[in-house]
Amino acid sequence: MTGIIVSRLLSALPILVIVSLITFAMIHLIPGDPAAAIAGLSATPEQIANIRHDLGLDEPLMTQLVRWYGNLLHGDLGRSLLLGQPVVEATMFRLPVTIGLSLFALVITLVIGLVSGVLAALRQNTWVDQAAMMFAMIGISLPNFYLGLLMIILFAVDLGWLPSGGYVALWDDPLHWLASMTMPAASLALLLAGLLARITRSTMLEVLRQDYIRTARAKGLPRRLVVVKHALSNALIPIVTVIGIIVSLLISGAVVTETLFSIPGVGQLLTQAVLNRDYPMVQGGLLIVTALLVLVNIGVDVIYAFLDPRVRYDGG
Amino acid sequence: MTAADSGLDGGIDPGADPGADMEDVPERRLSPVRLALRRLLHHRLFMSGFVVFVFVLVIAVLAPWLTSADPDKLAMRYRFLSPSPEHLFGTDNFGRSLYSRVIWGARLSMIIGVSVVAINAVLGTAIGAAAGYFRRIDNVVMRFNDALMAFPAVLLAIAVTAVLGPSLNDVIIALGVVYTPRTARIVRSSVIVLREMEYVQAAVAAGAGHWRILRRHILPNAMAPLIVQLSFLFAYAVLTEATLSFLGVGAVPPTPTWGNIMAEGRQYMVDAPWIITIPGLALMVTVLGLNLLGDGLRDVLDPRLRIQQ
Repeated sequence: MTGIIVSRLLSALPILVIVSLITFAMIHLIPGDPAAAIAGLSATPEQIANIRHDLGLDEPLMTQLVRWYGNLLHGDLGRSLLLGQPVVEATMFRLPVTIGLSLFALVITLVIGLVSGVLAALRQNTWVDQAAMMFAMIGISLPNFYLGLLMIILFAVDLGWLPSGGYVALWDDPLHWLASMTMPAASLALLLAGLLARITRSTMLEVLRQDYIRTARAKGLPRRLVVVKHALSNALIPIVTVIGIIVSLLISGAVVTETLFSIPGVGQLLTQAVLNRDYPMVQGGLLIVTALLVLVNIGVDVIYAFLDPRVRYDGG
Repeated sequence: MTAADSGLDGGIDPGADPGADMEDVPERRLSPVRLALRRLLHHRLFMSGFVVFVFVLVIAVLAPWLTSADPDKLAMRYRFLSPSPEHLFGTDNFGRSLYSRVIWGARLSMIIGVSVVAINAVLGTAIGAAAGYFRRIDNVVMRFNDALMAFPAVLLAIAVTAVLGPSLNDVIIALGVVYTPRTARIVRSSVIVLREMEYVQAAVAAGAGHWRILRRHILPNAMAPLIVQLSFLFAYAVLTEATLSFLGVGAVPPTPTWGNIMAEGRQYMVDAPWIITIPGLALMVTVLGLNLLGDGLRDVLDPRLRIQQ
């Protein structure tokens, strides 16, 4: 098991190096003078020169690159121009909010996606199957911000059941957190639940056709036992690999959802940074979030190897 | 594809009405392309998606003739009119005709979708084919590809527009950067399999050059998964562009993209909900149509990935 973890970490290393290189290059790809772009149209030449000096843009490219990696190894990603706060600190402060939202959405996704996918497969070509797949199709076609807006109109404005904003930290007031996060998490989860339901259904159908399922049924095992123990536990293995993709899509979706529901998470932080040309924040935030995603994917790989002995004994 | 062109596909009279002989000829006597077309025509979900797509495409092309009011024309006297026969979709906070804006929005969405698909078809195929065919560059190209795919899609798109600037062209480039690696990966995996096929080995043995082998023997056979990918990509591109506009990092207002219209209508959603519901519905129906189209294409062209049984 340790071998698998180490080999996955090692194979992620070049990806992380290239990811950091791309984020470093970002500021240099701004057309024209990056310092002038950051300073804005009304800036004086002195202000522009100051920004250039603060960001080290007046030094040779190689010096900048060496310093970027030097600082990176010390956990220093520069200072946000907008907040005046170190980028790492600002991101880490907002991260628990986004993780909370994503986990809540992930739970909804897993429950709806797995249940409807399994039901659709067991009742293949009946109205249950068709309804579940239609629901999934609408789910993957509905933009999450549109669903969020419709939910605000219905549940916050018309019915007054749920608040449309006003974030409270989980540990301050769990019930209020649940109320304020239900709409964001649900609007975020629907697309992914649709995706997961489609994958679960096809994987289940694939497994249910296998000979060992027929054998289990033929020797008189009850249907429920066969479905849960023989079919589902095997179908879950390929489904686990999709979790990495789902988490990546969750983070993408959270950017919009946080802005829509005024949730002070990393997504909102980065959108504000982009709108205010706070490039150090954009670079650093993007790098941190992506690095975490790479780690999540390694975790998924390890769980996959743990669940599937074939991968484990091959040594991955 | 090739059998049909050379007339070796079972003696179908080339002059006959294709619609007529497709009904009567048994499937095994049809060429692959005609067989695929025939199956697509009988695929109900594909056909409904296709109809929606063509409908939006026609609206996009005919936008200048379908609208009489300038989508950007301000008319403060007519602010917040709800949908009525005179103002089909109502008006917004500046009294602009929402009908005109939504129709022009369809045009922008289609321009973006087509452009991103074109970028992917050309660059994604080139990168994927090169990486899959020439082993020496495979590792380097694919590590770079993996790194680009490691970024969350919307975040990377936002960062690229932050770098390039908020215009329609820059959004297209950003979406190209985000999605081309995904297309390249799909092309690469087909090419790797095809490269080992015996008929490709035979072509190598017969002295065919790399370019000829790729163009004549490998790429035509790698088309099916690519076409499926591009149809879904169209949907992602339309959806992600709307997301970027909605966040305010897409094409600058007052450009009538669906995302922009919804972002502007957001603060009036209690009193004038039509400003967000109508463009949102247009967006959803378009994406739904494209997804149905993609599902149908996958069922017919790439049966290994079939979801509908």
